[in-house]
Formats: sequence, structure tokens, C-alpha cells
Amino acid sequence: MKTMFEKIWDRHVIWSEEGKPSILYIDVHLVHEVTSPQAFDGLRMAGRRVRRPDLTVATMDHNVPTKDRFVVVDEISQQQMDALTRNAQEFGIRLYDLHAVEQGVVHVMGPEIGLTHPGHTIVCGDSHTSTHGAFGALAFGIGTSEVEHVLATQCLPQHKPKTMEVRCVGTLPVGCTAKDLILHIIAAHGTDFATGYVIEYTGSAIRALSMEQRMTVCNMSIEAGARAGMIAPDETTFAYLRGRPHVPQGEAFDEAIARWKQLVTDEGAQYDACVVIDVGAVCPQVTWGTSPGMGTSITGVVPDPDQFATANERKAARDALAYMGLHPGTKMTDIEIDRVFIGSCTNGRIEDLRAAAHIVRGHRVSPRVHAMVVPGSGLVKRQAEAEGLDRIFVDAGFEWRDAGCSMCLAMNPDVLAPGERCASTSNRNFEGRQGRGGRTHLVSPEMAAAAAIRGRFTDVRAWNAPMHANHA
Amino acid sequence: MRGSGFVQSLRTHTGKVVPLDRVNVDTDAIIPKQFLKRIERTGFGQFLFYEWRFDVQGNPIDTFSLNAPQYKGASILLTRANFGCGSSREHAPWAIADYGFRVIIAPSFADIFYNNCFKNGILPLILSEERVDALFDRTGSGVPYTLTVDVASCRVYDDAGFSETFVIDAHRKHALIEGIDDIEQTLLLEEHIAAYERQCAPRSYFG
Ligand code: SF4
Repeated sequence: MKTMFEKIWDRHVIWSEEGKPSILYIDVHLVHEVTSPQAFDGLRMAGRRVRRPDLTVATMDHNVPTKDRFVVVDEISQQQMDALTRNAQEFGIRLYDLHAVEQGVVHVMGPEIGLTHPGHTIVCGDSHTSTHGAFGALAFGIGTSEVEHVLATQCLPQHKPKTMEVRCVGTLPVGCTAKDLILHIIAAHGTDFATGYVIEYTGSAIRALSMEQRMTVCNMSIEAGARAGMIAPDETTFAYLRGRPHVPQGEAFDEAIARWKQLVTDEGAQYDACVVIDVGAVCPQVTWGTSPGMGTSITGVVPDPDQFATANERKAARDALAYMGLHPGTKMTDIEIDRVFIGSCTNGRIEDLRAAAHIVRGHRVSPRVHAMVVPGSGLVKRQAEAEGLDRIFVDAGFEWRDAGCSMCLAMNPDVLAPGERCASTSNRNFEGRQGRGGRTHLVSPEMAAAAAIRGRFTDVRAWNAPMHANHA
Repeated sequence: MRGSGFVQSLRTHTGKVVPLDRVNVDTDAIIPKQFLKRIERTGFGQFLFYEWRFDVQGNPIDTFSLNAPQYKGASILLTRANFGCGSSREHAPWAIADYGFRVIIAPSFADIFYNNCFKNGILPLILSEERVDALFDRTGSGVPYTLTVDVASCRVYDDAGFSETFVIDAHRKHALIEGIDDIEQTLLLEEHIAAYERQCAPRSYFG
């Protein structure tokens, strides 16, 4: 009896030896411009080649401008993109550059074009590679030395992680999203409760999620400290995959489904740890601090640092409130915002944009807010435009941008000014993440959209109720 | 010629300790993204903890421990739980090593960062919360405080009675002491890699 993780792990170990890490074969290696240049240099220095360019796929996402995308004003950003172009050419790797409609955030683009399959081992020099686990793949982020290792050998030495089941029981309340679920889990259990583990999310609440929502949950596994997050493949997974480029077609697809069904965790298989989440208790979440675990419900208040259990937590909360410019006891619904960012590999997919547009339709962005929507990929953008979502956003006063990581990490020109407060659908609220002195509050796309309209955080569960209900 | 799979060795190390009293120090704080655009592996030390070390004009912030005179030249970083959380950027350990640190002591580390340290000849050394507290007390006295780390015997000690053992995986320890090239080691398994590819035929995306 094995867990899904163990089945995938065992199948990919090409060599193991007592006292040493196992050598794992890698099925897909995704590459982006920021964490790869030094790896390619390492190959050149040692006179090595890329062993399997046909299993290696590159895109540009972190640095790219999302407005006038071919006008890169930052010379060093341009150099980094040029380096990837040259490396891809020299080593024979397929690159989705700014001219490709598929280009986008690597974790949005990969699944979209069918690179992510159940049972795969997938790595990328990026911690949010955990996203791909939503398909029942073992997917995790690696450092640049490991990128070089995989380029050279298509393998990776790995210490076997432990397994944790996060069982999500009950039904997600109306108005609550996968983002609220994962923020709730992290707020309840901390940003390191899964360190050393691969999480498998199970339970009826997970089965009920769409693929996009599952990707949101797995994406933020790293914010719980996990090595990877996984969800067993099912009909939802197969329906998403069917017909995409790079997945088997026709009869071969049906054969693949039969194989993929074998991946699910055997009845009675043991995890090293188990956490049960009552999903019915989830509320729309807003973070108040500088760590993804510093969050609360929209009906809550900014906490009092003195109320935390340990000296370290009290200090962390005090530092966070000082940085965030917040006072204990302030209602989350009284916090005014300056910027809204809808996008990223957490919430930049078509469903996220549909959900946000649904809130925005017929409203105007608050005069105090500068709001933008950055689709996760060129294909998301194209689809959204085909559905007229761009018009809804633009008519409401949002900026409608090109695909990229954008203000998720602010390596391109999309940066918060010091002191600016942002409702963001991304995954990290660290100090300076969206710009030095910038203040990030993590929320769902619906909550970000509602905040853009009202100029402050608002409970989306009351969005369609009469206005006075919102201000009660 | 060696690729960067080669790791600098670390057998014993004696150095001054600097405290960084924060939990959950993330890699965005260790090396802010505006410095990730360099395409080299070197030269990141000047940007380490940039936004805590320097104000917007680029002047050193006196209250930050790394800028205090008594901690100048420190090569051991003492910090709190979940150090190195967040992004997988190896620029974080590059910056830490380039600044001159060889050892980081904390009650826990984030996974990817922990692993990245060993690739760069840095020892992430785990001690209990109580022992870390004890070391914070010792570094706070205003007098420079020095520790010695012996990797072979897994012991960290000072010359005033503090001594503690720590645990690292045997393979990582061996790699740290010997400074091995792990890419070369995997390449030696060519036969097994090729056998796997014949048998499992990983799907080619772009032929
Ligand atoms: S969108 Fe944000 S989290 Fe995702 S890959 Fe880009 S920078 Fe990283």
C-alpha cells in the first residue's frame, strides 16, 4: 500500500544507495530567465551539454514589462532575457519568448499547454513549482545549482521527504475561494508546519475544486513550508487535460487515463502526518502582516501583538504592524488601499479573471485606487478578451496588461511606492516584496476586485446584497 | 574544468557571531529582487539584507546588527526559526557566502534554502530554541563573541563553556568536508539513466 507520492517517487528513482540521497529522474524541467543564467554558465565552464533539451522548456516571465512589452527600459533585465534567448539557442531548448502567444508565468503556461501530466516529476528554479502538483505530479522548486544538475543529467539527487495528508472536509461556503482555503490553512497552522513534507490534499472539499482552484491551493504549499503539494488526478483533471497540446491524443489519451488512475493513494496507505481542515469554517481572508500566515478573516481585526503566545511571535507581530502601518483592533474592513494587483501564478488564470470580472461588472474603481489586471499568460489574456472580460475591467477603470509576474515580485516596472498599500492576489506579503516600503495584503481575486471598487477591504459575501448591508 | 557543481569544502570554522533576531527571515529580505538581475554567481554580498542594512539613500542603518562595529567581520550568522523561507533563489546563499558567512545557526530552516546552502559550502546548523536563546544572550554583551564549528565531530563550542552537538545527514557532511562535485557523481550513473530512459521513455515535448 502506497501513497501517490510514494508511487511517483519509487517509479522515478534510478539509483539509490544506503546513506545517500536517491537519484530521481526528472520528466519536465521548466526554465525561466532569473534562476538559469548561472546554471548555463556552469555547463559551459565544465564543457557539459543539456542531456534532454526535449524535456526542457523555457519562458520569460519575472522580468518582462507588462505594458509596451518590447520596450525594456531596464538594461539589466534586458540582458537577463537576452541571456536566456542565447542559452536556449546554444543548448537547443524550446523558448516561449515575448513573441509567443503562450508566453506567461511559467506555472500558468506549463499546465495550459499540457506540459504537466499526472505522475510526472517536474522541477523548475522557482519555489511555486508546487503548483503543478494539482495534477497529481510531484513538482517542486530547486536552486540554480540543481537547475544545472538537471540540465546536465536530467536527474536530481533528493532526500526523500515525509508525507502529510491535509484532509479538507465539508463544503467551502459561498463567497469563499481556494485562495481563502489555503490562506486559512496557513494562518491556522503556520508558515512552516509542512517543512520537510510533501502535502497531499484530500477530501470532498478538494474533489469539488476546479483545476484552476486546485492549482491555487498547491501553489501556496510552499508558503506552508512544504516541499510540494499534490492532489490526486480525477475526472476534473482528465477533462482539463483532454485535447491540450503536448498531452496524448485520441486512444493514447484514454490509455493514459487508465495509467493515471493507478496513481491515487491506496486505501490504507499511511502518511507520516495528517491535518484535518473543516472547510465549512473558512471565511474570506485578508493578511495583515509580512508573512503569509499573518492573516485573518474579513470580519476580523488587526491583532494585538501582546496576545501572541511566544516572545518571538510577539516581536514578529510588532515588527509586522510597524512595517504595515497598522494598529491593533482596526477592523479589516476599515483598511483603505491604494493599489490592486490581480494576477500571478496563484491567481492569474482564466477562472480568477472571470471571478474578479463578475464582481467588477457595472462598477467603477474607487478614485483612491490604482488597479491593474495582469493575465498569467498570453493564452489567458486571449481567452479573457474573447469573453469580453478586458472590457469589463477597462470600463471600470482597471489597467489591462500583458502577461508576466509583474507586481507579484516587482522585478519589472510594476512596483509599489513606499507606504503604498496593495490588495494583491499573489502569494507573498514579505517586506519589500512588491517594492521597498510597499504594504501587501494577500486576498482572493474576488476580494481584490471588491476592494478596488470600495477603496477598502470588503466582505464579498455581501457583495450582491443591498449597499447598506456592506457598510453595516 | 569544473562546473559549479563543485562545492567548496568546510571542515572546521572559527568566527565571530552576529545576531539577527527575527523569525521567518525570507529570501526576499536576504537578497531583494532588484539584485537578481545579475547573470553572474558572484558579487551579491554587497546587497545582502539590503533594505535592512541601507536606507533609501544607500546609507548604512546603524541599528541593524550587521552594521554595528562589534560585529564587523562576523562569519557566523545567528538567527531564528524558518530562516530562508520563500523563493528558491540561490542568490540568497550566494549573497550570504559572498558577504563572508560560512555558518548559519537557527532553530529551523526552510527546505530549499537549507539544501541550497550545502551547494555553496555554507553550513546551516540547527540547534534547539533554548540553545539558540543562550547564544543570543552571549552575542548581546557588546563584546565580540566567537564560536568554533567542527563539522567532522558535529560540535559547536566557544572557549567559555558553551558546547553543543548538532545533526547533519551523513552524505551532506561528507560533501561539505570533501567538497565534491555532485553533477560528476550523477554523470557516473549514465548506464542507469540510459536504462531508465529506454524502459520508461519519458515523453519528448520538442524533438
Ligand atoms: S507570479 Fe510571482 S510567485 Fe509566481 S513565478 Fe512569478 S514571481 Fe514567482
